[in-house]
Amino acid sequence: MCNPSEKGCSCGSEQKAPLKTGAEIIVDTLIEQGVDTMFGYLGGVLLPLFDKLYDAPINFIIPRHEQGGCHMADAYARATGKTGVIVVTSGPGACNLITGLATAMMDSVPIVAITGQVRTELIGNDAFQEADTTGITRPITKHNVIVKDVNDLQQILREAFYIANTGRPGPVLVDIPVDIAIAKTEPKPLKEISMPGYKLLNKGHARQVQMAAKAINKSQKPVLYVGGGVIIAGASEELTTFAEKANLPVTMTLMGLGSYDQSKPQSLDMLGMHGSAYANYAVQNCDLLIAVGARFEDRVTGKLKTFAPNAKIIHIDIDPASISKNVHVDVPVVGDAKEILKELIEAVEYNGRQEWFDQIAKWKAKHPFSYDTKADTIKPQYVIEQLDKATKGDAVIVTGVGQHQMWAAQFYKYNKPRHFITSGGLGTMGFGVPAAVGAQIARPDALVIDIDGDSSFNMTMNEICTAVQYKLPIKICILNNGYMGMVRQWQELFYGKRYSKSSLVNPDFAQVARAFGAVGITVDKKDEVPAAIKQMLKETKPCVVDFRIDREENVWPMVAAGKSLDEMDGLEICESMA
Amino acid sequence: MKHIISALVSNKPGVLAHVSGMFAARAFNIDSLVVGRTDDPGFSRMTIVVIGGDKVLEQVRKQLAKIIDVVKIQDFSGKAVVARDLMLISVCATPEKRPEVLALVEMFRAKVVDIGQKFLMVEISGTEEKLEAFVDSCRPYGLKNVTRTGTVAMAKFGKTEIKDNQ
Repeated sequence: MCNPSEKGCSCGSEQKAPLKTGAEIIVDTLIEQGVDTMFGYLGGVLLPLFDKLYDAPINFIIPRHEQGGCHMADAYARATGKTGVIVVTSGPGACNLITGLATAMMDSVPIVAITGQVRTELIGNDAFQEADTTGITRPITKHNVIVKDVNDLQQILREAFYIANTGRPGPVLVDIPVDIAIAKTEPKPLKEISMPGYKLLNKGHARQVQMAAKAINKSQKPVLYVGGGVIIAGASEELTTFAEKANLPVTMTLMGLGSYDQSKPQSLDMLGMHGSAYANYAVQNCDLLIAVGARFEDRVTGKLKTFAPNAKIIHIDIDPASISKNVHVDVPVVGDAKEILKELIEAVEYNGRQEWFDQIAKWKAKHPFSYDTKADTIKPQYVIEQLDKATKGDAVIVTGVGQHQMWAAQFYKYNKPRHFITSGGLGTMGFGVPAAVGAQIARPDALVIDIDGDSSFNMTMNEICTAVQYKLPIKICILNNGYMGMVRQWQELFYGKRYSKSSLVNPDFAQVARAFGAVGITVDKKDEVPAAIKQMLKETKPCVVDFRIDREENVWPMVAAGKSLDEMDGLEICESMA
Repeated sequence: MKHIISALVSNKPGVLAHVSGMFAARAFNIDSLVVGRTDDPGFSRMTIVVIGGDKVLEQVRKQLAKIIDVVKIQDFSGKAVVARDLMLISVCATPEKRPEVLALVEMFRAKVVDIGQKFLMVEISGTEEKLEAFVDSCRPYGLKNVTRTGTVAMAKFGKTEIKDNQ
């Protein structure tokens, strides 16, 4: 604070700025931080804030459930790179955010969540709609704070935005008791944020970068393994230049899809449990694995002990804690993927590696993703191929979680970043419908398609009402097999087909959609699929298409839990159908 | 293997919960955790004794560093440090046994801080091993109560690495 009597003070406090309420400070700070769209659900302790939002220049989207709202803010952030903002009330409102925050935390999505809280003097007294929000959300947020003094409010909010969308992004929660929203304070001038416990490392260590480049130039059998971090860093272009300059085959994690154009010959598509055989073979046989913005998760590595057994590992990541957490890394480079890739581009040389690319080409030819194209039933893979064809790979695809998500990763070909929005780390069923809403709000002109499963859809389909209310032309393709398909697949494979509690009685989804005010289409014959997709793409209202797919179709190939990446099941099934 | 880590943290509510919660969530093993104020009212110092191998320790350090209210971390592994615990211990010391107990107190350079009809309360500080040895020596007389702080530590001046022969 400056002293008003001091001469030469430039902060303007000589003429005292009029005092503002906490609620006004919140709205002003949101606008100052560039927020033009936010999501939220009203509640008792939020009334002072919502009164100030009444005529604020912010596009406000009301979900049907706070979880949906949080997924919307999440997808909004994933589709744009901007910070998603969600505001919910105390107690149950805050508790309903949990799944959404954990989803965003696992996938490093920048969100600022504002929660109302009971009056400061009531905290700890089991007041009506009281919950220990900061206590509950501490492990699933990048940072959280409860505001105890209105004079701190503005700085805390600014820091929340700063923390959420710098470094490895993540959700930040600010808990604001209602008396703080009513209390008055002097607005604070914006100044540079400096936090002693939060230092950013963007530029890679020069010696480490040189060591990485040397290893790459020397390698005869390299693989570039790309995760969601490249998309977050906005480094797809640099990645592509780097891969092409050094001549590297590229495989992506589920979160990394879209960072490298899958139509390019060097693309090995996705790796991991349901990744391509050629990607998994390449990783297991490479002599150098270059991980960028990926974190060696168990769904990617399979059995750790035998993962990439002959490879030296380079790991480029902004989060030091991700390095050498699961696998030993030979050349760690901590920093921003975009910056480090730029430096690597300068330092790497082209290398033909004919033998290695020939080997990869053989694997590719022998084990493509495949399914029974001659079947009479509707195969889910067929639906996705048709979607890919009809949209030329340009749609923003969002998904729920399960088999349909894996098929969406395998059979739709992504050619640019931020076009595949899916819950990878947490694996949140029900992510699809609200994420479609969030993505469509973020990108009003884009074609947004939710490829969903029936069980995932059941969890959050109420958010279709939100799409109807805001006239969002989202498309929802339900790959309906009447099962929780992925667990049914595991029960088939590992529990002797004992389908314990994995089937649901579904409503008629098309009728439900119509009741919500959306368009509903049911497809039960294979030859109706292309026409149904065509019709769906023409609709201007939200549109739900219920594809009654082959009930017991499985996702292949598959690396069973605990197996090595090259011990894939289902390869012979794929081969026989290719 | 035990490691001592010292963390300078913001003196704010919830920071202790954040640190201890992170240890629990990531299945790290805490042997002891001591928190106290520093000379700057804005910061507290946590001294944490962690059990685990080098890989665990590396993750502990990195995960601690990720917590925004953790400002600075010092890892004392392989460093020359002064490490001390403080203990209060109530030992049974009937008049006939009292001289023996007092002799022990003397030998360990401990201090009698309270006296009852049958018990002595003794304050003792020192390394963990010294405190263990004192407890073992007192056990035959009968222990009523033992309360310990856990370890606090500070790096020694000048020499930073422990030589192998030390």
